[in-house]
Amino acid sequence: MLNEKIITVDHLTKRFAAFTAVDAITFDVYKGEIFGFLGANGAGKTTAMRMLCGLSMPTSGKATVAGFDVYTQNEQIKKNIGYMSQKFSLYEDLTVKENMQLYGGIYGKSNQFIKDKTAFILEQLHLKDEANKLVGSLPLGWKQKLAFSVAIFHEPEIVFLDEPTGGVDPVTRREFWMMIYEAAANGITIFVTTHYMDEAEYCNRVSIMVDGKVEALDTPAMLKQQYQSPTMDDVFLKLARKATRSGD
Amino acid sequence: MYSVEVQHISKSYTVKKATTPALKDISFAVKKGELFGIIGPDGAGKTSLFRILTTLLLADEGTATVEGLDVVKAYKAIREQVGYMPGRFSLYQDLTVKENLDFFATIFNTSVEENYDLIKDIYVQIEPFRDRKAGKLSGGMKQKLALSCALIHRPKVLFLDEPTTGVDAVSRKEFWEMLKRLKEQGITILVSTPYMDEAEMCDRVALMQNGSILSIDTPQQIVASFAQTMLAVRSASMLQLLNKVRASSFVENAYPSGIYHHVILKQQATADQLQQELSAAAFADLEIKKGQPTIEDCFMQLMRI
Repeated sequence: MLNEKIITVDHLTKRFAAFTAVDAITFDVYKGEIFGFLGANGAGKTTAMRMLCGLSMPTSGKATVAGFDVYTQNEQIKKNIGYMSQKFSLYEDLTVKENMQLYGGIYGKSNQFIKDKTAFILEQLHLKDEANKLVGSLPLGWKQKLAFSVAIFHEPEIVFLDEPTGGVDPVTRREFWMMIYEAAANGITIFVTTHYMDEAEYCNRVSIMVDGKVEALDTPAMLKQQYQSPTMDDVFLKLARKATRSGD
Repeated sequence: MYSVEVQHISKSYTVKKATTPALKDISFAVKKGELFGIIGPDGAGKTSLFRILTTLLLADEGTATVEGLDVVKAYKAIREQVGYMPGRFSLYQDLTVKENLDFFATIFNTSVEENYDLIKDIYVQIEPFRDRKAGKLSGGMKQKLALSCALIHRPKVLFLDEPTTGVDAVSRKEFWEMLKRLKEQGITILVSTPYMDEAEMCDRVALMQNGSILSIDTPQQIVASFAQTMLAVRSASMLQLLNKVRASSFVENAYPSGIYHHVILKQQATADQLQQELSAAAFADLEIKKGQPTIEDCFMQLMRI
């Protein structure tokens, strides 16, 4: 992991009328890091992520993503990040190949780049025989792995993963994390949310949001020491139980 | 006496001439008053099974009874006796909290007052918002309202399809505490979940994958019947360690599990043999200890058979 900051967040705040969804959060994320972004439902994770992805204008505070300002350069941010969530990832009624062509095209990649990258991913995921099948016909585990490959198809500097492993079987869940490790080793920064606390242990650093604020941020080992907890699950419960607001 | 009995149920779906089996010859029985978990990932067949048992879907083959009533012949009688909370929020979004509850009570020829004691525990938490439209509630509050509506006619059997999916760890714990209190009222509860760690909250569980049941037992017994030797290993460089143990001739399977890697040894291999091999490779801060299998470890082992 290099000490180069790829995301800087300084007192970033988002208010909806009288409700402060994100309350002056401050942190940095380093290049090649696997950064776990945890919090209870309603803690403000999604709102914070939307601001960092250039999809929502902050009320106040500063933030840069891949060197671009969230207020003035949100279009450049979108070009330099990847995004994947459990709820939305691929087009089910397009084939495996068509999905990759579509995403490559949206990000303005050349035909040669798309062709080479498509061949590379099909080889890597052992999906060569499925290239012309509709994504909707693939087993869920394959879809999630393919969705991750498509999210980093355009070789972004950062990929945002919003609960990428929800509902996935335990074997696929682990294969998915191996892909995350590999992407991080290739210098892609990973910003990930999850409800699986064992996955929090796989992150280099973890932040935990409570009621719009970042209440804790450190390596899993340090957090466990600080909160005198045997597991990240226990750390999370200790922090999230302090929350006074509920729901999402 | 059984509350739910399922015998040789099969169901497949055909879309554009392609047939996908959802349930393959499923059989099990749930005792009266039991908290029974159906644990498995998306696509295991959990929702199809629940829809058959709540008389909303017909099986292709096999029979099933709920409270002694056949799911096909006595579907009307079953509907009066079961409560069903589908995975997707399915209350009326443009009715208020109070209106939704009154509506479900009226459909079942009862009133909120008559059965208030049963839902009180859960409903008091959303009562301050009784005049808010259901569509404007937060996720946690929607879940509590849906559970209240599923209970308002005092069902004998409650079917909860993935009530904790996408819910954070704290709310999940609270939800399971609510279920334990409902169980004390004598209600039989069938609950499905993709979270393996929730198995321990159930009296018995069925582990499901790809339309089949891999195992049915108490969570304690499932863990106790894990036959292989499992070790937990860690070092300063986890990825290299994983590659090393996976390549070892003593190892059947190895995968990350929290701060350790879980390593399943081959039948004839011993912990000492692996210890020697890893010590020779000089990993920094190497730790090897006996591992405690969890339901998830058992599930993965069963998936390999």
